[in-house]
Amino acid sequence: MEEIIKILSGIRPEYDFYQESNFIEDGILDSFDMVMLVTALDEHYGIKILGTDIIPENFTDTASIKRLVERYGGME
Amino acid sequence: MNMIFHNKKISGILCVVPQKESLFDDEIGNYNFPPEKSLRLKKIMGYDRHRIADQGACISDYCVFGIEYLLRQGSLKKDDIDALILVTQTSDYLLPPTSNIIQGRLGLGEDVLCMDINQGCAGYIVGLMQAFLLLEQKNINKVVLLNAEFLSKRTSPKDRNSYPIIGDAAAITIVERDCLENVIHANIKMDGSQGNALIIPAGGLRMPATAETAIMEDSGDGNLRSKDHLFMDGTSVFNFVQTKVPALIEDLLVTSGTAKEEIDYYLFHQPNRFMLEKLADQLGVPYAKMPSNIVERFGNSSGATIPVNAVYNLGDRLKETSFNVCFCGFGTGLNWGAMMMKLGQLQIAEIIEY
Repeated sequence: MEEIIKILSGIRPEYDFYQESNFIEDGILDSFDMVMLVTALDEHYGIKILGTDIIPENFTDTASIKRLVERYGGME
Repeated sequence: MNMIFHNKKISGILCVVPQKESLFDDEIGNYNFPPEKSLRLKKIMGYDRHRIADQGACISDYCVFGIEYLLRQGSLKKDDIDALILVTQTSDYLLPPTSNIIQGRLGLGEDVLCMDINQGCAGYIVGLMQAFLLLEQKNINKVVLLNAEFLSKRTSPKDRNSYPIIGDAAAITIVERDCLENVIHANIKMDGSQGNALIIPAGGLRMPATAETAIMEDSGDGNLRSKDHLFMDGTSVFNFVQTKVPALIEDLLVTSGTAKEEIDYYLFHQPNRFMLEKLADQLGVPYAKMPSNIVERFGNSSGATIPVNAVYNLGDRLKETSFNVCFCGFGTGLNWGAMMMKLGQLQIAEIIEY
């Protein structure tokens, strides 16, 4: 989880990702943030998240992002 | 809608792009976002440079310029043109059809069929389909397909969602009968219920352009645009493309009996680099077979993007040999279409500047 929070903080340093709840509904991550996040996750974990998985439901909070990464075999 | 065409071919492609190149680095200050964040998107999305037509220039100028170049160069004879199909969303006037204007300026005969088609990013597929259908007529032997778009004139320069990826261009494709058996498979789908995902709201009869529609405002995403400008719901369009396009290609591979590996190049429409690479991943196609460099070198010129892609990436090789290609266009409508055919032995495959 720490790694994911570090990546998120690199994209939106103005937010505290330990505190934030719903990244999408609260307007913390916009579509371009998601693009940057997916690119960073792909590079960091050596995975290729498919376009069909780049949907808001997979980026609502750190837990959902972690589940997504794990599904692709990315390890914390 | 699955379609099969026989004994048709593309015999030449000429693309006309503006001489003026605009750099993303110079435009960053126009956007309502921190420059460092925009710069991070530069590489991911393929924001680099795009071709922008001069104010006052119209698509007919580029089409006439290109066809006159072909006539001088010898790839086309005036008397051989039986039909002009123009696919565009940025016509010179609401009426008359811009294809008629082009016909008149070129001094083409009265028997030349002129046809404007309002289509966008799938416009190359739609245009080729229409050209092939016309070539079923015994009096039509050669069709000049024009895909021309100046969307920069209808896109807010303060909209980072759209402006950095937009490029202006015209592409001229010569389409004719082929004495050799050349089976072309195509499939196109349309979903008008999602039309609002890519729209210029004002300027038609539904919402006439007024001083009010020209007011720039932030609709909540940090970009400034007016109702006279292109609006793209990026998230919806991205999801649409990633969901619909791979299924379309897989279906076309099955119906045409083609193995994925038999396709030499997947020459797709290019909205941005990220979207293309994710499509390639989804389809299991190597990036080298699906070029994604047009948006960063020229910009996305709607229906002209695929021919620019073909000529820029395959160049003179298109004159010397033949490739199995898969064209795919997707966008406004929302529409998505693909076509598999042999492309090569062209008389001309060139990009010129206006």
